[in-house]
Amino acid sequence: MGRYSVFSLIRHGLSGHRHWPKVWRDPEPKPAYDAIIIGGGGHGLATAYYLAKEHGITNVAVLEKGYLGSGNVGRNTTIVRSNYMLPENAHFYEWSLKLWEGLSQDLNYNVMFSQRGVVNLAHSQPQMEAAARRGNAMRLNGVDAELLDRAQVRAMIPHLDYENERFPIYGALVQPRGGTARHDAVAWGYARGADARGVDLLQDCEVTGFLRDGERVIGVETTRGTIRAAKVAMAVAGHTGQLAAKLGLRLPIETHVLQAFVTEGIKPFIDTVVTYGAGHFYLSQSDKGGLVFGGDLDGYNSYAQRGNLPLVDEVISAGVAMMPAIARVRVVRSWGGVMDMSMDGSPIICTGPLPGFYLNCGWCYGGFKATPASGWCFAHTIAQDRPHELNAGFTLERFAQGRAIDEKGVGPVPGHH
Amino acid sequence: MIRIDCPWCGMRDHSEFTYGGDGTLTRPDPETATLDDWNDYVYLRDNPRGRHTELWHHTQGCRQWLSVVRDTLTHEVFEVASARPDSGGEASS
Repeated sequence: MGRYSVFSLIRHGLSGHRHWPKVWRDPEPKPAYDAIIIGGGGHGLATAYYLAKEHGITNVAVLEKGYLGSGNVGRNTTIVRSNYMLPENAHFYEWSLKLWEGLSQDLNYNVMFSQRGVVNLAHSQPQMEAAARRGNAMRLNGVDAELLDRAQVRAMIPHLDYENERFPIYGALVQPRGGTARHDAVAWGYARGADARGVDLLQDCEVTGFLRDGERVIGVETTRGTIRAAKVAMAVAGHTGQLAAKLGLRLPIETHVLQAFVTEGIKPFIDTVVTYGAGHFYLSQSDKGGLVFGGDLDGYNSYAQRGNLPLVDEVISAGVAMMPAIARVRVVRSWGGVMDMSMDGSPIICTGPLPGFYLNCGWCYGGFKATPASGWCFAHTIAQDRPHELNAGFTLERFAQGRAIDEKGVGPVPGHH
Repeated sequence: MIRIDCPWCGMRDHSEFTYGGDGTLTRPDPETATLDDWNDYVYLRDNPRGRHTELWHHTQGCRQWLSVVRDTLTHEVFEVASARPDSGGEASS
């Protein structure tokens, strides 16, 4: 793998950019590996990268049913933040944010991580108090947080609706180190790094069944043949239910569709990520100028990677209520991704529940920002056969044990997280 | 838009309804249920990709709870019936 630098750019520029090497190989599947990871999205590729880099395990295959990054890593709104209140989430997502901060250098691949801040608006005195409580919890956990009053928000984002009498803006909780990243580049950077360390990235390779030796999982049947492995790991959030069914597992997860939208490109308009406190809406501007935004789930179980019109109407109504100036901007694309909605809104990264098997799922809306830490912790869990301290709370058993990590305190209704 | 053929109101848009989740679950008997039974009921789901029996509440119509069989991949609705068998609503399919 050639290293990317200004010199390699100049060198290839002199030959008209016609001789760049392929970014990763396209190998044939081997009959067996030390470990296989099902799912060639952000989390699966990051897991393979950290297995090779941190644990020296390189006889690894990543199995992807489509092309690399064709699932949710390419279907999100690219927001990165660690503004959580509960200790398990706070430490995990803060580690993720720290990995993000060094990711472009680590991967030698520009993931365009932009720490433009994440602003959560508050529209009442109780919301301000909740924001202060969350901000204090974050600071006690070593995460940056600032509470802004109305005048400070107005100075930062002048074009919100400050005249709205139903939902007046009282202030906001800001995480200055949050921001956005280039979603596809994250998948490509991890793929390139894993491939360079010897990991086989197998595309068009759908898992159709599992090989079992009693309880133990010893390999998979795929559309490209049978592949055996001592360790079979799964990172297919969105489609976890479909594959778990092949193992006879019932999980604390429902699959729901979440839509996202992008408008035509406009001149620089908003230089931060802003979220509405009186409805579910979040907005940022991409480097190409399009406003990228999203809102709530469509609200019913769905594996369809497309959404429904009533929700489009609801999301855009919330957006226009927050920031009336966007009403005349045209939406050019919308898309849907399917989410593993877990029963407490928090993920699962664990060994088991079967021998030889490892599970990474339940990311709800929050999978993109978690990509580095998810891969890092999952690699540790696979390599050491036990979770790292950072994912020790994200077990499958926590529901039965009454240890749910319910950030919002809304109970076991997947669509409410 | 998903269209649901309510036994009382006829064919309606799904935006008139509130989703009630998996319709195959039965609340355990508190006298005899074990912790595992409660865990199964409260947390675990089949979550199928395909036919799914689910509850919809006709919130902006007759306010009846319906049991709907729908494909979670194509959204095709196969069957709609009252969620209460004794309520007098005829199944439509």
